[in-house]
Amino acid sequence: MHHTIEVEHLSFAYPDGHMALRDVSLRIEPCEKVALVGPNGAGKSTLMLHLNGILRPTNGIVRVCGMEMQRNNMGRVRAAVGVVFQDPDDQLFSPTVFDDVAFAPLYQGLEPVEVKARVDQALAAVSMGAYRDRVSHHLSVGEKKRIAIATVLSMQPEILVLDEPTAGLDPRARRSFINLLRDLDQTMLVSTHDMRLVQELFPRTAVMDNGQVVADGPTDSILNDPALLEAHGLEKP
Amino acid sequence: MHVHFLDPYQPRSSLIHQLDPRVKFVLALAFILAAALAPIGAWPVYVLLFSLVLSVELLSELGVGYVLKRSALALPFVLAALPVIVTVKGTPLAALPLGMFITLEGVERFTGIAAKSWLSVQMAIVLASSTSFPDLLVAMRAVKIPRLLVAIVGLMWRYLFVMADEAMRLMRAREARSGHPAQPGARVGGSLAWRARVTGGMAGNLFLRSFDRADRIYAAMVSRGYDGEVRTMPLAPLAPGQWLVLTIGLGMLALLVIGGFLFWG
Amino acid sequence: MLASPVFVPPPTPQAMHIPDGFLSVVVSIVFWVLSVAVVGYALRRVNRDLGERQVPLMGVLAAAIFAGQMLNFSVTGGTSGHLLGAALATILLGPWAAILVLTCVVGVQALIFQDGGLLALGANLFNMGVIGVAVSYFVYRTVQRLAGNKSWSVFVGGFAAGWSSIFVASLAAALQLALSGTSPANVAVPAMAGIHALIGMGEGLITVGALVFLYATRRELFQSDQTRQVGGAVVWIAGLVIALALTIAAPFASSHPDGLEWVAEQKGFIDSVQGPLYKIIPDYALPGISNTALATILAGILGTLIVFGVALAIAYARRYRQPRSAPNTQ
Repeated sequence: MHHTIEVEHLSFAYPDGHMALRDVSLRIEPCEKVALVGPNGAGKSTLMLHLNGILRPTNGIVRVCGMEMQRNNMGRVRAAVGVVFQDPDDQLFSPTVFDDVAFAPLYQGLEPVEVKARVDQALAAVSMGAYRDRVSHHLSVGEKKRIAIATVLSMQPEILVLDEPTAGLDPRARRSFINLLRDLDQTMLVSTHDMRLVQELFPRTAVMDNGQVVADGPTDSILNDPALLEAHGLEKP
Repeated sequence: MHVHFLDPYQPRSSLIHQLDPRVKFVLALAFILAAALAPIGAWPVYVLLFSLVLSVELLSELGVGYVLKRSALALPFVLAALPVIVTVKGTPLAALPLGMFITLEGVERFTGIAAKSWLSVQMAIVLASSTSFPDLLVAMRAVKIPRLLVAIVGLMWRYLFVMADEAMRLMRAREARSGHPAQPGARVGGSLAWRARVTGGMAGNLFLRSFDRADRIYAAMVSRGYDGEVRTMPLAPLAPGQWLVLTIGLGMLALLVIGGFLFWG
Repeated sequence: MLASPVFVPPPTPQAMHIPDGFLSVVVSIVFWVLSVAVVGYALRRVNRDLGERQVPLMGVLAAAIFAGQMLNFSVTGGTSGHLLGAALATILLGPWAAILVLTCVVGVQALIFQDGGLLALGANLFNMGVIGVAVSYFVYRTVQRLAGNKSWSVFVGGFAAGWSSIFVASLAAALQLALSGTSPANVAVPAMAGIHALIGMGEGLITVGALVFLYATRRELFQSDQTRQVGGAVVWIAGLVIALALTIAAPFASSHPDGLEWVAEQKGFIDSVQGPLYKIIPDYALPGISNTALATILAGILGTLIVFGVALAIAYARRYRQPRSAPNTQ
């Protein structure tokens, strides 16, 4: 029952009435790596915001690691699911890199010694140990994105949810980022437009359009279905 | 495109840079207080304070010229105190039209104000230029400024650069649209009110982005377990060497102030 | 470096941030105490009212105000108009959060950019944060109520709040200078009032410009109850009282500078009372020291020795360091 994401018949409407998700069902097994693709406005980001309880379903159920989202288990849910948003400037909000990566373990209530250990581990996992005391504003986009992942790794989540991780990266930074993602072994759901990334790293792909999951299966068969790709504004890499 | 010029911090490996930020902060404030308390007319005290701040400037490796140049920018306010040379009653030095007299006491007072101001601003510059912002936040926490305020200041500083970048981009866009017409003589730049409104629109734009940005930051904070309380790592205790520096510094300043009062109070 | 002609990086001293040395220690401390009290209360209120979102929202808005203060526009020739932002912050966040936001902005301006002194910070915080916010709140809410909360009242109220916050705060600054004996009231008050009556127009215009934009894009900001908080009544009254008090006191003080002289005399009286208490060492015991000119020269010599000593020590330390670094230069 660990490391799973279970979304059952999830529907969600924004306060202004716009129906962003319609009857979405998705099940991700432990250690699976799944890509989420689709045109802008398909509901990918909205779905991701449900996975750590920032948004609550209008209808349907969301379970992560066997836990259904409730007020009294949000702490555990958020520690289990690490969500990395698209703009690293939204996630690096502390004075130094250390402070940002230490944020999650601090709020988990860990002792300072443990917090420091977690920070060192997380920065090592993204190869940014030398940046510990740097001020995040002066870093490049690639560096910021790596540290953004570290800020979430320090909570030792079981599931990683990433929104457009390679957007805005130059080829070298992108390549190094792909290598980083390959080395992480958490269950992963990654939303992206980067079809070559999908092909390289993700055995399974789910396609979303217009608030629904329109296809879900092995990446190869999805990418070799031209009609499907065309219908949902996707291109073969 | 980054807005670096906002941050006055100059990294160096000087003794002053290596001082604990808490000690620097307290000593800088104590110095400014000492300058404020120095009685008018206690010139030796001012001279010694000046030599103190000059020594600190040398030790900081920031360059005395750098500090003095920056301090000059804060001085125009001194002109506001100029009338004091005629309004303070005392021994007349020179006569001015309209029956006013420049008095000795007035000149003393004016010089005293200018000296206090100049001394204080120099020390403040050394503090800001030799201490990184995260270290200044530590100093603020150490002097018991409420954690909520320190947290707001931290966020403000972080996003100031982001906003300044955005503001620069807005202004470049405005520049790109501010062409001059081909025919000469046409009034360029619009009216004052129009310029103010455009500037106001840019300010409004910044504010709008702030609200959206704040929502996203809040989502990121919540995703990492934020619960509304400000939590930080505990501050490391001050090293004995730092306590020594703090005591010596405070002692010297206290001596100067007491000496000033004893002889010129 | 990119230098947009309009984007002026600090330090560009504004006319209302009082530097150190201009306020007497007594005045500085009094206003520190007042500011700490008000900010402390604001902290408690904001904790209660805004809850979880307070930190990111106020932090980013403080950044926006700070950045906004750097947007300026040329008024005439060399001068330029700046935004203070007290009115905008009050209208968008409500008075208590606005006080906290402005405290952070003005505090960092003083600490990092020497825009205003550190000892004088208490007074500057009170003028711009407390008075600026209270008066903005009072003016804005009054205009809204008088206009029956119609949409145009947002803009008229915004302009009026912007102008009055600057103007009244400048009166307070002038009186603080006069009370400190730095600048006589009959000079400080007209000068500050005159300059800021003009600068206030800029503040009003920019405030309205920003409000127009925000009203068009995010109307829900203006329909919230933020500007109608329970504690708002206190702020409204405070704003009214402060505005009245200052607009009456200032011209009075400037036409009767003797009144403030009376205060200064009392201070002088206090000083003279304390004088004998401190004269423990009689003049004759240390001849020469009592001669100020001689003492100044001695101090000058001592000071020069200190500075030279430090410079020599640094030069020596550097020379000592260099042989070790030479092998690294391959």
